This record gives sequence, structure tokens and C-alpha cells, in this order.
Amino acid sequence: MTLPLFIEQTLNGVQFGVMLFLMAAGLTLIFGVMGLINLAHGALYMVGAFAAAATAAATGSFILALAASVVFAAFAGVLVETLIIRRLYGRDHLDQVLATFALVLIFAEGTRWVFGSFPLFLDKPDWLSGTVMLPFGIEYSLYRLAIILVGLVVAAGLFWLIGRTRVGMQIRAGENDREMIAALGVNISRLYTLVFALGAGLAGFAGALIGAIQSVQVGMGDSVLILAFVVIVIGGIGSIKGAFVGALLVGLTDTLGRQLLPMFFALFMEPAAATSTGASLASMAIYLLMAAVLILRPKGLFGGA
Amino acid sequence: MTDPILTVQNLNKSFGALKATDNVTLDLRAGEIHALIGPNGAGKSTLIAQITGALPPDSGNVGFLGRDISGLSTAERARAGMARTFQISALAMDYTVLQNAVLGALGARGGVFQMLRPVMRNKALLETAHQALDTVGLSDHAHKRTADLSHGQRRQLEVAVALTLAPKVFLMDEPMAGLGSEGSAQLITLLDRLRHQAPILLIEHDMDAVFALADRISVLVYGQIIATGTVDEIRANPAVRQAYLGEEDA
Amino acid sequence: MPRETLLNVLLMTALLAFPLWAHLADEPFLITLTTRAVIFAIAGIGLNVALGFGGLVSLGHAAFFGLGGYVMGILAYHAQTYTPLMEVPFLIEGTKSMPVIWLVAIVLSALAALAIGALSLRTSGVYFIMITLAFAQMFYFFTLSWPTYGGEDGLSIYVRNSFPGLNTMDPIQFYGLCYGLLMLVLAFVWALSRAPFGLMLGAARQNEARVAAVGQMPYALYLTAFTISGAITGLAGALFADLNRFVSPTMFSWHTSGEIMIFVILGGVGRVFGPVAGAVLFLLLEHILGGLSPYWHIYLGAVLLGVVLFARGGLYGLLAGREVAHD
Repeated sequence: MTLPLFIEQTLNGVQFGVMLFLMAAGLTLIFGVMGLINLAHGALYMVGAFAAAATAAATGSFILALAASVVFAAFAGVLVETLIIRRLYGRDHLDQVLATFALVLIFAEGTRWVFGSFPLFLDKPDWLSGTVMLPFGIEYSLYRLAIILVGLVVAAGLFWLIGRTRVGMQIRAGENDREMIAALGVNISRLYTLVFALGAGLAGFAGALIGAIQSVQVGMGDSVLILAFVVIVIGGIGSIKGAFVGALLVGLTDTLGRQLLPMFFALFMEPAAATSTGASLASMAIYLLMAAVLILRPKGLFGGA
Repeated sequence: MTDPILTVQNLNKSFGALKATDNVTLDLRAGEIHALIGPNGAGKSTLIAQITGALPPDSGNVGFLGRDISGLSTAERARAGMARTFQISALAMDYTVLQNAVLGALGARGGVFQMLRPVMRNKALLETAHQALDTVGLSDHAHKRTADLSHGQRRQLEVAVALTLAPKVFLMDEPMAGLGSEGSAQLITLLDRLRHQAPILLIEHDMDAVFALADRISVLVYGQIIATGTVDEIRANPAVRQAYLGEEDA
Repeated sequence: MPRETLLNVLLMTALLAFPLWAHLADEPFLITLTTRAVIFAIAGIGLNVALGFGGLVSLGHAAFFGLGGYVMGILAYHAQTYTPLMEVPFLIEGTKSMPVIWLVAIVLSALAALAIGALSLRTSGVYFIMITLAFAQMFYFFTLSWPTYGGEDGLSIYVRNSFPGLNTMDPIQFYGLCYGLLMLVLAFVWALSRAPFGLMLGAARQNEARVAAVGQMPYALYLTAFTISGAITGLAGALFADLNRFVSPTMFSWHTSGEIMIFVILGGVGRVFGPVAGAVLFLLLEHILGGLSPYWHIYLGAVLLGVVLFARGGLYGLLAGREVAHD
């Protein structure tokens, strides 16, 4: 493989990883602070994408569409948190899995009911279309580059929020000791809603950004959700840093695996067979990565001992 | 004198800068009750966890019936005859009292992966279980759901399950905790009888129980054993009075 | 007779009487619907061994369901195309014989469950849920991108596989076969629940420290339960594929895992006959609600939420009361 192609694929991997981070960060925060496993997180990603597509269709503005994705997903998050999720905090994981799976069914079918079964399209704005020239003569999609930058900015903002602000201090306290933050006089119920809304907003934002590259359709959140779980297992539950490292690892492994494995098999196989064998194995690569981490560090790379 | 049943030699365990177990050495001889006392946070639970195999020590070893068992898991130690009771009752709450007792007998005897014959029809297991329940005085409640037992009865059941293991030694982690005076008195009578079956390493806060039962007492403070001796020796020991009993008497 | 036993008898009698009536009334569709219920019940009984008895919240049982399905698909495909499955290092040919297919499905699902379980059980709680889910997803994407057996489009089998002495294309005869297997699986799981293994496994679910303190290892118990659980669900997968004469990656999708879990929950977690009631209830809901609206999953979601929030014991909990500790 040529160097430019390799760099391009690496950038694609980073872009994928950064989006996975936006998903995984919310999931891991929600688990860390409230002890909740939320299968409906993928549904919020989908809500963000649909909100963006509908807003873009109505106003023609991409910026408004992005804003709408965050607002709608966060609003949907607050709604389900106050109506349903809140009753699940003290429950066992089985109940949480079932109730949030029920929400997945309701969100998916509800969206199908409102928007129909056909995919919607969210177009990249003109000012982000086309390509840019990078060093080494690499021509790279401007939009993907923008996603990487925006994703990194959001990630930095999140690290700042968690590490440097008062709310962040409360969130960290909540991860360590639930009773203590009550003793500190923090309104727990409001903090929980806030964390849930934050996670939902991030997921919705990721949905909108990706929606402009892929199509916006029901069920789009499912595979991302499961990838985000893989990220969390690799990074360690509750760790934002772990989510970041895990997301980049998964993004790079998946993207480069799809590119490199078929080329690897082509060295000693028929081209067609090499492509299919490589593609099939590449589809398993991240899960094998997860298995390897589990064998070496069952609590994840950044998980507690 | 015979060899001790259980020996703990130069055991050390640190959590970061905190030395939870500091070069602890003690032993337990046949027929005796050896009480381990110490203020809260002295490292009693950490020590028990290392003896049962739940927590690996940083250094030192545990000997049982003349062999070094430091490398064995909790389950292997239990099968070798190390029976413990928990500070907070660890029972299968949805099961009946009898089922919990059968569980102990089954665990000790093996054959756990047998999948076709009903376990509650196994005469040998039932006999062991009933005998243990009888010993602790729970026979009348055998068919009650464990969750419906009183706190004191659960403590008795803990002891009964330990009995079903055909134990060579008992490790009891605060068996008196939360019992009223009547319950304590009953349990004291029971433990007094049990020492003839197997010696007891007794971790206990209840000083009346300790003084009534113990042949020897070891005092653990900040992870260190500061004194070991008979009840009278410990009562008279100035270091103990200052570090521990002083608070109680004051 | 305790109410739970009464309920079991009623349920199994209804599952015998209804298809017979449908057969006499010449309603093959209703027989097929009941066949689905019976197969789903077997899948749920499999999951229940891990989830109900062992407390292992597996969200990845689609892996075994799909594996069973693909065992049937691949063996039958090679038989119907007269091509060997492999020739090196030794010859393996396809087959259309149900007993052979079932056996292979059970063995392979058990092996897969053993491998997945050995890894996943190094963790617990949410990790376990996410990892089982992820491994099932791995199978999903693998079959999706593996072109030999149809990839995304799946694999069709022209004629249902054969069973000695029966015409399996006749709905009622195939139903009889599935019902017989259901009874066998129920008998095994019922015995298991009362056997030493069942007692110790249930104790591990309630209190791991207790199990270690009586000399047993929770990990070994869990792994055994998970393996048995996967094997039973794999058998159901083979039957399901044979019912449809079709397999596709959908069998591996996480919605399948969720649905198998729903069978268990609707019926009552940890009850031997719970998944049977759950699967029947699920198909009733699908049949009734599906008739009301094409978006019936909204109602299914609402029912599920209701059960989780307000009726945790499922159907058996409602009708037979709290599980009695029996000895």
C-alpha cells in the first residue's frame, strides 16, 4: 500500500474513532455515574440524525441541523430519563437491559411511523464539500477532516468539563461515592438528568455528523451502539480516557483491517478469495481485539483494579 | 503438645501506603478457641480474607494440617476442611434452611455436576444437613425460606452450613454481631460445644463472648499482633489496655 | 396440585390440542404459528438455564441460535448441491437428516458457548452483558461478509430435512417432532433444576461467596450452565431454520438476542416452563397487535416496559405467585 493511501485510511480510522468516542463517552458516563446500562443510547444517535435531516430539509441550514440534533436528542434524553430511566437506577442489570431494549423498539418503530421506512438524506453543506490537499500530496475529504476536528474539540471540551468545572467535580464524585454527593448537598436527581441529557446530546450530535456521510435510517444506531460497547469494554467502564483510547483503537483497527487484510491475503491467494476472506476476517478484527484485551486485562485498559 | 491445626506465618499485606497486615504470625491448636480482637480498622477482615484465600498476601504463608496451603483457592481450602462463617450472612436467601444446609454437605462431598437425580432426595446429604441443623437448633425451621429467618437464626444457619463441611477448623467472622443478649448466650453455648469438634479462630467484638469462650486471645492493632495470651494475660497486658481495652473500660 | 403445576399442565395440553384442532380445521398457518412458538420456547428454555438459574444476563444468545441455523443451512446446502463440505484433511459431506443436523448444531453451539463463556465469564455484571452482545454481533458481521453461504441474502433450502418415518413437509408431523423435542428439553431442564448442579448453580446466583465457602467454584458452574444454555438454544436455531427452510444473518442480530430474552421475561425468569408461556404470549401479542398496526413493536415495547416496571415475575409470577422454595 502506498503511503498516501495508508495515511488516508488512518485518517478515516481516526474519524470513525472520534465519532465512536462521542457515543462511548455518554454511555460510559451514564454507567459510571448512575450505574445504568443503556441500550437506548443508539436510539438517541438515530434521533439526532433524523432531527438533523428534518431540520436541514426545512431550513437548508447545516448548522441549524447540527444544533437541532443536539437539542432534540438531549430533549428526548431528558424525556425518557424522567419518565422511565429514573425508575431503573436501583434495579438490577437485567431490568435495565429489558426496559432500555423496550425503548429501542419504541424509538425505532416510532421513527418508522413518523418518517417511513425509506432512508432520509442529509447533505453536506457546500462549504464542507470537496477535498483538501494535505502534506505528502494527500487529497482528503474536507468534511471528514472537519468531523475529526470537531470531534476532537468536543472531546477536549468534555475532558475540560469533567476535569475542571463544578459540574464535572460532582460527576466525578458521583462515580466514586453516591452517598457523598448527597451529603455535599448536590441535587442528585437533577445531576442524573443532566448527565443523561449530556450523553444523549453527544450521541445525537454524532448521529447527525455521520448522517451526512451515510444515510439516515431506522436502526442506524444499533451497530454503533454495540461498537461503543466494545470501546467501553476495551477502555474500561466509567473511564472517559479509556473511552477515548478505546474508540481510537477500535476505529483504526476496523478501518485499517478492512484495507490491509484483503491485501495481506492477496499475497498468497486468488484475488477474489483474498478479498472475501480478508473482508470476513476484518469484520471480526475488533471483536478479536476485545477478546485479547479481556484475556490480558479483564477490567479494560483504564478500568479499576 | 500436638502440632497446631492452622498456622499463619509472617503474613504481610499492604494497600498502597497502608499496611493492613504487618508481619502477622499466629496459630490455632486442636480443641481451642483462639479469639482475634482489635479495634475497627485493625485489619481483622483483611487477615481472614488471606487465611481463607480470598485475598493473596504480599508475603508469608498459611499452613493447614501440616501443609502449606498458600497456593490454594478459597474453594480448595474449604474442601480441605476450612469452614468459615461470614460477618454479614452469606446464605442463599431464596432457598429453604434445609437447602442451604444440603448445599454445604454437597459442596464438601462433591458430585456437583450431577444433573439428573434430585438433590433433595439424597439420603446421605439430607442426613448430614439435618444433623447440622439439629446441632444449632434450627430443625424446626428446616422448611422455612431463609429470607424469612430472624437475624439470629441466620447466624445459626451460617454455623450449621459450616458444620456440614466436616470441618477441621472454623473461622468465624463476628458471629455475635447484631445478636441480642439472649441470642449471644445461645451462640456462646453452641460455640463452646463446637470447639471439641474443630478448633475455632474467632473474630469478635463482643468482649463478654470473647472472655467467656477464648482459650487464647490475640490482639490486632494497625495490622500488627501486639499481644497473644490467655484471657488473664491479655487483661493484664498494659499495651493492650492502652491500645484497645482502655477505650472499652473508660 | 400447586398452581404452578396446574399451569404447566394446562399450557402443555393447549400446545397439543390447539395444533390438532388447527389440523382438523385445515388451518396450516396456525400450526406453523404454534410451531414457531414451540421453537422459540426451546430457545428461551436454553437462555433460561443461564439467565434464570445462573443469573447470567446474556444478550448474545443469538450467536447460538444463528449457529444452529447455519449448521442446518450449510449441511443441507451441501446435500442439495451434492458438493462435499470439505475434502481435506478428511471428507465431510452435507446431510438432510434432522437427527444428524441436530446433533451437530448442539455440539457446535456448545463449543461456541464454551469459548464465549470462558472469555466473558472472566468479567461480570455490565461487562458480561456487553461482551456477550459483542460476540454475537461478530457472528452477525461475519456471516454478512462471508459470501460462500449467501452473505447478506442468506441461504434457502428447497425441501425440509428428513426424519426417519415422518413426512416433515406435513405441518402437523413437523410440529409433532418439535413438540417432542420441547418435552425432552423440558424434562432435562426440570431434572437439572432439581439436581445437585441446579442447587449449586442457583446458590451461585444468589451468593457467590457462599458457593466458594462450601468448596465450589462459581466460574465452573457458570461456564457449564452457559455451555448447556448455548447448546439448547442452538438446537432451537436448527429447528427454526428448518421451519423456514431459510437462514440469514438476521438470526444472529441483536434483536434476536433481545427477543429470546423477552420470551424468558414474559413467562417468568427462572421458571422451568416460563419460556414456554413467554413464547406463546409473544406470538399471541404479535398476532393480535400485528393485526392492529404494522408498527406493533411500539406496543410490544410498551408491554415489555410494563412487565419490567410492574410485573417482574412475568406470566408465571402473576398467575402462580412467587416461586416456592421447595425441598
